[in-house]
Amino acid sequence: MTQMTMVQALNAGLRRAMENDPKVLLMGEDIGPLGGVFRVTDGLHKDFGDLRVIDSPLAESGIVGTAVGLAMRGYRPVLEIQFDGFVYPAFDQIVTMVAKHHYRSGGITRMPMVIRIPYGGGIGAVEHHSESPEAYFAHTPGLRVLTPADAAEAYVTIQQAIASDDPVIYLEPKRRYWDRAEVDEVSAISGSPWTSRVLRRGSDVTLVGYGPMVRTCLEAADAAAEDGVSCSVIDLRSLSPLDVEPVADDVRRTGRCVVVHEAPVVLGVAAEVSAQVTEQCFFHLEAPVQRVGGAFLPYPPNRYEKHYLPDVDRVLDGIDRSLAT
Amino acid sequence: MNEDVVRLLSPEGERIEHEDYPLEADHDQLRAMYRDIVLARRTDVESTALQRTGELGLWCPVLGQEGVQVGAAHAMRSHDYGFTTYREVGMFQVRGVDPVELLHLYRGISHASWDPREVGLGIFTIVIGSHALHSVGYAMGIQRDGADDAVLSCFGDGATSTGDVHEAMVFASVFSAPVVFLVQNNQWAISVPVTRQARAPLSVRAAGYGMPSVRIDGNDVLAGLAVTRAALDRAREGGGPTFIEAVTYRRGPHTTSDDPTRYRDDGEVEHWASLDPLDRLRRYLEAEGAIDEEFTARVAAEAEGLGERLRAAIRGMEDPEPLGMFDHVYVEPHRQVQADRAAMQDYLASLELR
Repeated sequence: MTQMTMVQALNAGLRRAMENDPKVLLMGEDIGPLGGVFRVTDGLHKDFGDLRVIDSPLAESGIVGTAVGLAMRGYRPVLEIQFDGFVYPAFDQIVTMVAKHHYRSGGITRMPMVIRIPYGGGIGAVEHHSESPEAYFAHTPGLRVLTPADAAEAYVTIQQAIASDDPVIYLEPKRRYWDRAEVDEVSAISGSPWTSRVLRRGSDVTLVGYGPMVRTCLEAADAAAEDGVSCSVIDLRSLSPLDVEPVADDVRRTGRCVVVHEAPVVLGVAAEVSAQVTEQCFFHLEAPVQRVGGAFLPYPPNRYEKHYLPDVDRVLDGIDRSLAT
Repeated sequence: MNEDVVRLLSPEGERIEHEDYPLEADHDQLRAMYRDIVLARRTDVESTALQRTGELGLWCPVLGQEGVQVGAAHAMRSHDYGFTTYREVGMFQVRGVDPVELLHLYRGISHASWDPREVGLGIFTIVIGSHALHSVGYAMGIQRDGADDAVLSCFGDGATSTGDVHEAMVFASVFSAPVVFLVQNNQWAISVPVTRQARAPLSVRAAGYGMPSVRIDGNDVLAGLAVTRAALDRAREGGGPTFIEAVTYRRGPHTTSDDPTRYRDDGEVEHWASLDPLDRLRRYLEAEGAIDEEFTARVAAEAEGLGERLRAAIRGMEDPEPLGMFDHVYVEPHRQVQADRAAMQDYLASLELR
């Protein structure tokens, strides 16, 4: 086991994937000698060279569109979109081409591509650098969507995403980039990433989060425990496919569910989780499923962040609303 | 047509020598190109007829553009790879896409149905310009393989206004990708003339990307062959991309849903009919003694047979089974698709019980 930040874990995972498969190559803006604006690709250009670590022109549609052609030729491109708010110029290529190509080709042509996107707020950034676009991608058939919650998860799931023969939108919670965790670099990669993870079993409320909100949910569960409220904590991890079954199983015991994300609540991932939990657990629910997340507005200037982003108190408020019924 | 184009065959069928593009095409290849234009044209006419009788939802006629399409496709080697729009019927013909398979899309039973690896031609994109980037990426893959293949990337004058085509030019240029951009400037993007896409000849744009360009007579199959072959060879030898503007004309409607009488004059269409690519090739081959009546009759009979085969295949085509729509959304099983498929299956079964 090695102590690593999430940035270091992603770097190690990318390096291992590139060592294992010569068809894996990286492309993105500033990912070469600079190592990416967050340094996730630090040192990889030096060790793997120009042909496998490609500093691209400043054109997101171009990055994704040329990766489509590379995939057709048998490569496994791993792309870096520099920030969440810069993915939209590539949206057409992702939704129209990457997501649909295997289907359109009648199963003949695969798109084994990973599109890494640092996402979410909480780092005091200027606009277009703090967004949570996951619902767009999770709503698009043909894409898979993964988001790691910590460094250990990142090390494993980035390799699993690269090994997938389907295209994967890989959302990296940038506010957790510098959190440390014990990473196992020795054991063989095992298990499916397309499942929810039950991190803690409680008896009163089921807390559900993913990506940056998993740590927030764990901290909220600790705080709730001090008040005598026992919470389960479940990390969805995969937003496409969603794995709601472990959530429903837990809610059948607790009768209460709170779903948390940074993105606007309306029509978000929590809405789908809430609908599925209600469909599956209607007669076990003691209260309506509660959602905690962003308001319906563009990501605000960062001096508002502490009010906009769900924090421990906002999650506790969601728990209170659930218990009040 | 402007005269600043490379032309190896005049509208009257006379051979014109060009010092940059010497061409030694043997009679077999010339006859093959003649046959390909005739058969592509038959697929075109037959498909329009099938649309008019309700057998197809749509068709995109190619009449007038077959010359450069067939010439350029003949310039490709078997391992080269092409990316096209929906209108490259001449290329589909040359590369061996079965027209019946081509019509699966317009019949509405699949989005595409040929294997790109077998014919070296990707399934086409309908969103204009997107595939220009795919072709550059594919060419970047060829570079990484160390292969001497090259890519032919086809799009129209309308596509040159898209951001993706611009980005494709940038990537191709800075990475020196082995790709040839072949723009068929057919003068019209549905109802919008090329003057609404560009104030200068499209070929001029290439200079801004540091890329050589050539303007050719798009109704001259020999110019299409010679210029594309030179550009593909340059690409495969590491010379980087080339931009070819083929000046041609779409004599039919944009699609069977279009009504070109609302936006252009008959006189313009008649003028371009006088520049027909097949007529000039036939005149040349007759004068050369490369074809005779027996040959043209044999090709005409083959075209007639193709028409009959298309009609029979399309009219007899059954609708697909409903659960087939769930196939190939993903390579690996996906929980949501499985759930939705099972729900559909249960629903269909419940209908049978009622």
